[in-house]
Amino acid sequence: MIVGRSIIIVAVAVTLVAPALAQEHSHEDTSSPAKNRWSFAGPFGKFDRGQLQRGFKVYREVCSVCHGLKLIAFRNLADPGGLGFIAAQAQAVAAEYKIQDGPNDQGEMFERPGRLADYFPPPFPNDQAARARYNAVPPDLSVIAKARGIERGFPYWVFDLITQYQEQGPDYVTALLQGYEANPPAGFTLPPGSFYNKYYPAHAIVMPPPLSDQRVEYTDGSPMTVEQYAKDISAFLMWAAEPHLDQRKRVGMQVFIFLVIFAGLLYFTKKKVWHQVDLHPEELRARPPAEYPSA
Amino acid sequence: MSSAEPTRRDFIYIATGAAAAVGTAGALWPIIAQMNPDASTIAMGAPIEVDLTPIAEGQVIKVFWRSKPIFINHRSKKQIEDAQNVDVAKLPDPQADSARVKPGHEQWQVLIAICTHLGCIPLADQGPYDGYFCPCHGSIYDTSGRIRQGPAPLNLALPPYEFLSDTKVRIG
Amino acid sequence: MVHLNMNGHPSYQPKNAFMQWLERRLPIAGLVYSAFIVYPTPRNLNYWWTFGGILTFMLAVQIVTGVVLAMHYMPHVDHAFDSVEHIMRDVNYGWLLRYLHANGGSMFFLAAYIHMFRGMYYGSYKEPREVLWILGVILLLLMIVTGFMGYVLPWGQMSYWAATVITNLFSAIPLVGESVVTWLWGGYAVGNPTLNRFYALHYLLPFVIAAVVVLHVWALHVAGQNNPDGIEPQTEDDTVAFTPYATIKDAFLMMVFCILFAWFVFYVPNFLGHPDNYIPANPAVTPMHIVPEWYYLPFYAILRAIPNKLLGVVALVASIFVLTLLPWLDTSKVRSARYRPLYRQFFWVFVVVCIGLGWLGSKPPEGNYVLFARIFTIYYFAFFFVILPVLGKVEKTKLLPKSISQAVLREGMPIGTPAPPPAGMHRA
Repeated sequence: MIVGRSIIIVAVAVTLVAPALAQEHSHEDTSSPAKNRWSFAGPFGKFDRGQLQRGFKVYREVCSVCHGLKLIAFRNLADPGGLGFIAAQAQAVAAEYKIQDGPNDQGEMFERPGRLADYFPPPFPNDQAARARYNAVPPDLSVIAKARGIERGFPYWVFDLITQYQEQGPDYVTALLQGYEANPPAGFTLPPGSFYNKYYPAHAIVMPPPLSDQRVEYTDGSPMTVEQYAKDISAFLMWAAEPHLDQRKRVGMQVFIFLVIFAGLLYFTKKKVWHQVDLHPEELRARPPAEYPSA
Repeated sequence: MSSAEPTRRDFIYIATGAAAAVGTAGALWPIIAQMNPDASTIAMGAPIEVDLTPIAEGQVIKVFWRSKPIFINHRSKKQIEDAQNVDVAKLPDPQADSARVKPGHEQWQVLIAICTHLGCIPLADQGPYDGYFCPCHGSIYDTSGRIRQGPAPLNLALPPYEFLSDTKVRIG
Repeated sequence: MVHLNMNGHPSYQPKNAFMQWLERRLPIAGLVYSAFIVYPTPRNLNYWWTFGGILTFMLAVQIVTGVVLAMHYMPHVDHAFDSVEHIMRDVNYGWLLRYLHANGGSMFFLAAYIHMFRGMYYGSYKEPREVLWILGVILLLLMIVTGFMGYVLPWGQMSYWAATVITNLFSAIPLVGESVVTWLWGGYAVGNPTLNRFYALHYLLPFVIAAVVVLHVWALHVAGQNNPDGIEPQTEDDTVAFTPYATIKDAFLMMVFCILFAWFVFYVPNFLGHPDNYIPANPAVTPMHIVPEWYYLPFYAILRAIPNKLLGVVALVASIFVLTLLPWLDTSKVRSARYRPLYRQFFWVFVVVCIGLGWLGSKPPEGNYVLFARIFTIYYFAFFFVILPVLGKVEKTKLLPKSISQAVLREGMPIGTPAPPPAGMHRA
């Protein structure tokens, strides 16, 4: 009865709050990006090496013109759980870039080919140069897959917690890259110099649509469509943001299994220890020290 | 444990204790491993290539590899002869000069410039042997980098290196 | 020959020669023995009592992971964000240590809130445990400050703007407010001096917390544990030795708690965080919605519910300070809500209100959200200042059991055990 009354109170409270729930997106009328199926989602998720390599190709041929990747070093391309390059391939990629080094013995800075230890060089020397060129600062993409999310109100976040949905970033990026519309809806004023995008906050994004069909050549037979490019670059960016994802989930499974077994063992130990208490109340009292194993 | 079984060690206690030990070890390992050199430090320690053409005969240059100073000494003919004409058995740390250079490149001496006594950087082209002299405690090395006098116990160490050509060496 | 000390409990008598030598000079083994091995613990404690142990465990986890993270973190505005990424990418198991520490903070607060709600439900704050409770409130306050400063360290957008918003609260203080804010900042805005001092203090405070925990456990051991029935142990039948009975029970629930912890760390490590904190701090751009971490949301909701700046800050401080008055505001002579049917209902509404305030704290302060935040804030304070004092006087409580063992056992057997075999048959 008491529990019943409490439940009624909870229900009343929730019902009172429910109208507020309906106001989820009143301040931001953006569509919600679709949930894609990712190879790296879920407890057994792993990056798809082929997809990462395709995504890297898209980055190099399309995105790297404006966007940096300064937290990724060329050696990371050969790291386990990533693109699966061997060291020589990563070195070859590095050598294609010019890295600023110095000062030399004359006190001057100079350029040299990249090495494995070097990081991807920025496409512009500083934010001011970028703003002068593009009227905006293209963000570095190293952690963008974790820096973007999708607001999902109650109770969706409960489902997300249980289903381990952590791919909001890639879903957002995939949707954004395909979300350009040539003609904004009637009544919408597009600020000059920007483009209409369904998923971008306030719908006006300064980045022009970067992808088009056949823009990047795939040699593994994957479709060369905007949709495929968007998915591949999003997967690549997820790797760039979380290079140890494979290891994290693998170790996580081992830890989980261990913890469940250990908790089970502790449970039965507890039952055994307390069982004797319940049957022999005189055992309850703190016993004299002689009976303890080592005092 | 009940008084009927005073000494029997039950399986469940052993299993739980073993699991606890395994869990503790597993939890401790990352704490310890994180102090080992990280990936970026290891990458910075990658081999370096040095161009030998600007080094004149008799000149010693210093480069860094894995944050250690390296002497690259373009030895003169006299220095090479002095290094080879030595009774190896009488040296404090016996080692022939041929073991301290690469065949065909005897004029190039590549040494880790850290005194084997307590770690100071010796001075090049110094001392009675025209080799190296460590100012900290007076260790004297010859033109092969071998210890001759002073408190240092060992010859100056050699880094791993190989000649990519007559004018380029890779250290590391 | 059993040596009993002043409490009538067995005292530590080492057989080992070295231990005898040590015990005479620094009786630390004897202290551990009396406080954690033979220490009499009520036999009817349920699993809600494990959370004190869980909190101690989480404090240790945070300190250990924090110290090893500190070996790699750089507390400078130009390097902080990148140094955290360096930890995530290059440091051996750095990703694990970082996610343990970040999610560990959340787990720490989760355990703390459950621990506090347990205390409120079972009357653990009542005489003679008032100081124990107040020490707990001090611990909560220290945790809040420590967690806030820790969140600033990665120097993301949320770090920077949370620091700006919370330090600006102090400007509400009349006369000296602005000077206090400048003093906190060490500059004209949140910047490098602020980051550096937050780092120093974030490293220091957990050890202050550890010291207050020692006082908290000491105060606990003087009064003894409360228990779900809220009546004091009377005979030895009412208690069990802490080890192995409470120890093994605590160990089990701690592992279950670790399973939840592992779920976050390994599978949803960024669930409780905010994506904006992966954007490096930009003093020129304010995020659209500045939201604190979930464990501060109820207080954030109370702060924003009051339309006046100074009164909002007063309400925020009062919402924590009122907890220290709890032992005196609750006038009931009965401790445990098990025997207080009316109080129990108001308690559960209070829990729903706290959770509701938390949810409202995550919403923009507009429209109905503000209305409900105000209603819930009124209930929050009314619970302490109106409901509890009145309830103690008018409530009809249930009959208390004669003793703990009477509550737990019936004719020597725990309630729920099948009836013993008829007399004449031997027990196996």
